[in-house]
Amino acid sequence: MDGFPILSLMMAVPMAGAIACLFVGANSARWIALIATLVDFVLGMALWANFDQSGSGAQWQFQEYAPIFGKFAWALGIDGIALMLIALTVFLMPICIGASWNAINKRVGEYMAAFLFMEVLMIGVFTAQDLYLFYIMFEAGLIPMYLIIGIWGGADRIYASYKFFLYTLFGSVLMLIAMMWMVHEAGTTEIPVLMAYNFDPHVQTWLFLAFFASFAVKMPMWPVHTWLPDAHVQAPTAGSVILAGVLLKMGGYGFIRFSLPMFPEASAQLAPLVWGLSMVAVVYTSLVALVQSDMKKLIAYSSVAHMAIVTVGLFAFNQAGIEGAMMVMLGHGLVAGALFLCVGVIYDRLHTREIARYGGLSINMPRYAVLFLFFTMASVGLPGTSNFVGEFLALMGIYQASTWVALVCTTGIILGAAYMLYLYRRICYGEQVNADAAAMPDLSGREIWLLAPIAAVVLWMGVYPESFLSPMRPDIRALEARLAPAAPAGDSKIKMGAPKPAGEAHHEEVSAHGEAH
Amino acid sequence: MIDSASLLAVLPELILTAGGLILMLVAAFGGDGTARIVNALSVLTLIVAGVALSCSLAHGPDAFGGLVRADAFSVYAKALIYAAAAAAILLAPRFFSTDSALRPEYPILILFAAIGMGMMVSAGDMLTLYVGLEMNSLASYVLASFMRQDGRSSEAGLKYFVLGSLASGILLYGISLLYGFTGSTAFDGIAVALGDGVGKGELFGLVFVLAGLAFKISAVPFHMWTPDVYEGAPTPVTTFFASAPKVAAMGLTVRVAIEALGPAGLDWQQIVIFVALASILFGAVAAIGQSNIKRLMAYSSINNVGFALIGLAAGTPAGVAATMSYMAIYVVMTIGAFACILQMRDADGKPVETIASLAGLSQSRKGLAAAFAIFMFSMAGIPPLFGFWAKFLVFDAAVASGLTALAAFGIAASVIGAFYYLKIIKTIYFDEPTGAYEAKGGAVENVILTACAVVIVLGYLLNPVLDQASAAAAASLF
Repeated sequence: MDGFPILSLMMAVPMAGAIACLFVGANSARWIALIATLVDFVLGMALWANFDQSGSGAQWQFQEYAPIFGKFAWALGIDGIALMLIALTVFLMPICIGASWNAINKRVGEYMAAFLFMEVLMIGVFTAQDLYLFYIMFEAGLIPMYLIIGIWGGADRIYASYKFFLYTLFGSVLMLIAMMWMVHEAGTTEIPVLMAYNFDPHVQTWLFLAFFASFAVKMPMWPVHTWLPDAHVQAPTAGSVILAGVLLKMGGYGFIRFSLPMFPEASAQLAPLVWGLSMVAVVYTSLVALVQSDMKKLIAYSSVAHMAIVTVGLFAFNQAGIEGAMMVMLGHGLVAGALFLCVGVIYDRLHTREIARYGGLSINMPRYAVLFLFFTMASVGLPGTSNFVGEFLALMGIYQASTWVALVCTTGIILGAAYMLYLYRRICYGEQVNADAAAMPDLSGREIWLLAPIAAVVLWMGVYPESFLSPMRPDIRALEARLAPAAPAGDSKIKMGAPKPAGEAHHEEVSAHGEAH
Repeated sequence: MIDSASLLAVLPELILTAGGLILMLVAAFGGDGTARIVNALSVLTLIVAGVALSCSLAHGPDAFGGLVRADAFSVYAKALIYAAAAAAILLAPRFFSTDSALRPEYPILILFAAIGMGMMVSAGDMLTLYVGLEMNSLASYVLASFMRQDGRSSEAGLKYFVLGSLASGILLYGISLLYGFTGSTAFDGIAVALGDGVGKGELFGLVFVLAGLAFKISAVPFHMWTPDVYEGAPTPVTTFFASAPKVAAMGLTVRVAIEALGPAGLDWQQIVIFVALASILFGAVAAIGQSNIKRLMAYSSINNVGFALIGLAAGTPAGVAATMSYMAIYVVMTIGAFACILQMRDADGKPVETIASLAGLSQSRKGLAAAFAIFMFSMAGIPPLFGFWAKFLVFDAAVASGLTALAAFGIAASVIGAFYYLKIIKTIYFDEPTGAYEAKGGAVENVILTACAVVIVLGYLLNPVLDQASAAAAASLF
């Protein structure tokens, strides 16, 4: 595949689809969108298959460079981290189109065009190797999302769309100023060069804060998360899926690509701030999720809690933590997406998101109940599912850096179990109090085809995470090496035990970790 | 003193003058029936003048002993001015035809204004500057009150005239102070005199000159005339006011600030920074409550001028280049947006101006709605549209020259501005349709609209050309 511009092609296909969708009727638009996203999925898998995972080759692969924009260039290229997020994007997109097949019946062409354009921008964000190109892709995502929420959203859509737009825009503009400063300082817009550039530690703090403003909003971190529940609740189902599945990951990707490698000293210095906000987020938003009466809002708050696990993993400054953070991002992308789809399934039937309006669905919708239970368990972090791997690694990573943070964040798992199981009980178990809910038909073939692939991947990721970890490992190792000089000491004082011969090992348990005093 | 080289340097102005005078005779003898042919010939005159721009560079920058400059900067600005003026002429007939108010004086006045604007951007002396400015202003006053039967139009013309005269007086007073304390009206002469320290008298002169110029670019705190004039003037005239004279006045301000007042850079920099931030903030906040789209565009232009001034505040060649690029992109966005506004006509073809009437436009007129949304997102500075690049350039220049705080504040304030542009998009796309609109727009409007939209969407591909042209224009001032 040498020299073949596959990344540009992956952006060109949905772009062409988006333009085509604007000019055709509803049904053609659906098919065009589905075919374009499936083609992109195939291309994405080809990308993965041709990606050199050994770590011995170049870190940046499939690079393209065309200096056609004057002050910046069309520079693309991916590493393992970007590859995984691209795979997530192209995997979720056809599912989103499928989820909107019947649910969207007004202005279908524009809707599909907005989604395909969104896909172009998401791939652009993860592949951009030029700082300004990244910013343009990152910001441009506001336009289609604003329209998706505003046109096809629920009753309060206009307020939600404004809030989403202005919140995220305000977060990002300061990042742009920081980017300009960095480019003038380092004399290049190339991200790989900037990742190795050592900025003055005093300035790093300011730069970090400017980037933090953007990524924290996008992530979203407490206390700037308030746009998310509104946006999720009002967005159409597929909009929620893409928002939770991929858009939130842009924040995490931003931390891993920019904040950590470009400002290692500032990251270490401000890590307690990130930890603090994450701890509050885990506990507070989990408790808030517990008392929600709206299903989508509940899952939105649970997203905030999960994203907080991502941030503590990232700011653990070690390989376990960062790998865990990436796995949580991938796992959450799938599981939260699937949960929004599950909500969408019953919303399409009853047109309400009120939890109290449902109940006892396992009686009349057994297949639905099974899949919903599976994703509920995955969200809780049951071993064997994707989220367990990620959360375990992330918490293990943060344990090395700070035992207190690990302690508080682990309560999030328990709280997560509480609100998710409570939600499941109220929807699927108990008496069938509502006649209309009791009369709902079970999953259709289309809906099963939407949820089953996600379930398979979630299981795969939980049972054999190595498939997903191995492409990222060399890059995360490089990041850890970059962070090592600045990484905070950590309070767990881990002493690595010497491996004992097989027979003795179970007699004397070697303490591999310290006390969580 | 008059040599052929000097005459060649002002060839575009000569062509416009001759064309304008001949067409005026045609109009005078032919009556209102000649309106359409005069319209077409005026555009042709502007095109010929635009072609002549390339000749004007042939013999070095100075003409008429330094009174007029024909350099890359003036060529750049004039090309924009002529293009905007031609667009304003082309967009007019359909608007005026509904009131049968189309008269041949309209394009002729625009031609005369274009001569004045050409002189403004190529002035090398305070007196040329003033003559050019007044030439443009007098034509503009008449244009604002062009619909004689319409009370709002007359009111706009009168307001513009009274406040404009006041500003001209302020400017003239500043020029006389500068002349008195520096002993020269030539830009280079003033610069030499300021080079050995800025005295109190010179400082006063500088402040008055800048205040007069701030009025012309409608920067806060001299913006008060803008909303009333924009709202009252006929829409094609508003299109014109929002585009060509803005470029001319901004070009003039930049040239005066760099060429004449360059040595006093530190003194005017604070003023420009204040004016820029005040314009950005006021333009953004005051626009939120507007319900009339033309009034909103007036505040939007105040807002945009503030951003353009940030490039000037940087005071570097890169900053000036950024300001000029900003104006180029701004002109395209503005003409595109007004081409949309001109198509706001109800089912009977009568023009409407309320934002509320746009509700649900995306369902009745898809193309128009999409174009409207493109221009509004672009004005809000959202990538990947070209309006983002305009803002990017000025902020980049500010950061490069160490004005990071200014850039951070300005860009944060741009989020406020984004709100009211979003409001229009919301009305177009999210609201349910209310009243019906005319089924389709005029051919000329659609062509101009499409051309502008294409530039705004694919503008980044023009970056190398635009960067080079702006950089050359800026370099000729330093």
